[in-house]
Amino acid sequence: MASDGKSVGKGVGTSVGDGRLGRLLVPAVPFLWLGALFLAPVAIVLKIALSDATIAQPPYLPVFDWSEGWTAILDALGALDIENFALLTEDPLYWRAALSSLRIAAISTVLLLLLGYPMAYAMAKAPEKLRPVLVMLVILPFWTSFLIRVYAWIGILKPEGLLSALLLHLGLIDEPLAIMNTETAVFVGIVYSYLPFMVLPLYATLEKLDATLLEAAEDLGCPPWKAFWRITVPLSLPGVAAGALLCFIPIVGEYVIPELLGGSDTLMLGKTLSDEFFKNRDWPLASAVAIVLLVIVVGPIMVYRDIETRRMERAR
Amino acid sequence: MNRRFSWFNATSLTIGFAFLYLPIVILIVYSFNASRLVTVWGGFSLEWYRSIWSNEQLLGALRTSLGVALVSAAIATVLGTLAALALVRYGRFVGRTLFTGMVYAPLVMPEVITGLSLLLLFVSLGVDRGFWTVALSHTTFTLCFVAVVVQARLVGFDRSLEEAAMDLGATPMKTFFAVTLPLITPSILAGFLLAFTLSLDDVVIASFVTGPGTATLPIEIFGRARRGVSPEINALCTILVGLVTVVVILASLVTKRSAMARAT
Repeated sequence: MASDGKSVGKGVGTSVGDGRLGRLLVPAVPFLWLGALFLAPVAIVLKIALSDATIAQPPYLPVFDWSEGWTAILDALGALDIENFALLTEDPLYWRAALSSLRIAAISTVLLLLLGYPMAYAMAKAPEKLRPVLVMLVILPFWTSFLIRVYAWIGILKPEGLLSALLLHLGLIDEPLAIMNTETAVFVGIVYSYLPFMVLPLYATLEKLDATLLEAAEDLGCPPWKAFWRITVPLSLPGVAAGALLCFIPIVGEYVIPELLGGSDTLMLGKTLSDEFFKNRDWPLASAVAIVLLVIVVGPIMVYRDIETRRMERAR
Repeated sequence: MNRRFSWFNATSLTIGFAFLYLPIVILIVYSFNASRLVTVWGGFSLEWYRSIWSNEQLLGALRTSLGVALVSAAIATVLGTLAALALVRYGRFVGRTLFTGMVYAPLVMPEVITGLSLLLLFVSLGVDRGFWTVALSHTTFTLCFVAVVVQARLVGFDRSLEEAAMDLGATPMKTFFAVTLPLITPSILAGFLLAFTLSLDDVVIASFVTGPGTATLPIEIFGRARRGVSPEINALCTILVGLVTVVVILASLVTKRSAMARAT
C-alpha cells in the first residue's frame, strides 16, 4: 500500500496510483464489512419476519433460491406477508411482553434518576481535586464484566443469601427474603448495572453549571432548595434526558438480567425473542419480535435526535 | 455551582459507591471461602482456585474467550480506525448517511437482535458455526465502539501539524504514518482495550452465533449462574476482575506516561 519514497516532494494531493486506491479503501473496507455483517443480517431478519414458519431446514418459507432465476425470486417475494405481525398483535402474550419491557425500563429509569442525581450532584460539588477520582470510581465497575456484576447479586439476593442472613441476624425480618426470581431482583440488577450510564451524563451537565447563577439567587434572598428547583434542575435537564435515554433504551432490550435474576413471570421482549427462537424454533415469529423491538428502541432515539437538533438550532 | 459540600452530598456519595462496589467486594471475599455455602464463612482457602486449575472445561472456555477477544479486537481496531477516518476526514461521499447510520446503529442495537440477525446470516450462508463466527460477530459490534472513540480524538485534532508535514514535502501516506497515527495512538489503544473487554464480556451474541464445542467463558458462567451460585464461579470471576483491573491500570499508566513524555 505504501509508496512513501516515490512521490516525496510533489506536495499535497498529487500522490497517484496506489495512493488514491489507499484513499478509497479507508471508507470502503469498513463500509463493506458493516454492509455484509450488519445491514444484510438485518435485511434477512426482516425477510424471515415476513415468511411463514415450517418444519424444515431452515424452518421458514419461502426460501430465496438464486439459482432458480428471477421469476422464482419474484414468486417468493409475493409469498411474503405480515401474518407474523398480525399474530403478535392478536396474542395478548406479546402485548404483555412489550408493555412489560417498557414498564420495567421506565420504572428502572426513574429509580436510576433517584439514585444517580444525588450522586452526580455530590460529585459536582466535591472539591475539584477529588472529582477526577470520583469519575474514575464510577467508570471502573463498567470495565469489570457486566455478567459478573449481575452474577454477584445472586449470592446476595437468594433466600439463603447474604442479605437475608444479615436481616435475619439483625432481627429485621422473621423469614428469608423472597426477592430472588422476582421483578424486584430485576430492578436491583438493572439499577446496579446501569448506574454509571446515568451518573456520567448528569455529572457532565451539573459540573458545567454556572455557579454565579446560584450566587445571584442567594444574594437576592432565594432559599437554597428553591434555587435548586428553579435553577439547577431546569439547567440539568439535558443531562437528565441524555442519561434517561442511555439507560431506557438498552433496558428495553435487556436479556441477561431478567434471565438471571427474574422469575418465569418476568416478561420482556428479549426473553420472548430467544424463547420463540430456541424453545419453539419459530424463526419467523422470533424475527417479527426482533423487528418490533428494533422499532421500539430506534423510535425514541430518532425523536431525541430531532429534539436535540432543534435545541441546537435554537441555541444558535 | 455552590461548592459547600453538605452531609446530604456525603451520604449520597457513600450510598452510591457502596452500592457500586459492595457486591464485587463480597464476590471476591467469598471466592476465598472454604465453605461451599454463601452465608457460612469457613475460613480462608484457595481450594476453588485449585479446582478451576484442574477444570478442563472452564480452562478451555477461557482460552476460547481470550482468543476470540484478541482476534476480534485486533480486526475491530483496524476497521474502527478506518471508519473513524472516513467519518471525520472524508467530507461527503456516496452513501455517507448510510455509512454513519451503520456505524452508530450497532451501538444502540439490543444484543438479542444483533445475535439473531448474525445467526440467520450464517445459517443462510451455510457457514459452520464456531470460533470464527463468534470472532466475526464480535468484530462487527466492537468496531463501532472503536470508531466512536477514535473519532472523538480526530475531531479535536490540530490539522496544522499535518499541513506542516505536507508543506515540508511528506506524502499524504507518510504524513499519516509519521504525524497523524502517532497522535491518535492513545485513542486507538483505548479503542482496542474497549473492544477486548466488550468481547470478553459478551454472552448474548456469542450464545446465538457459537457452534457445538465452542463455548466462551461468559457462556459457561451464564449457564452455571442459571443453576445458582458456585464458589468456583466466584473464583473465576475474581480472576477476571483482577485481570481487567490490571489491564485498565496499566493502560492508564501508559497514557499518563506518554502524555508526560509529550509535555516535557
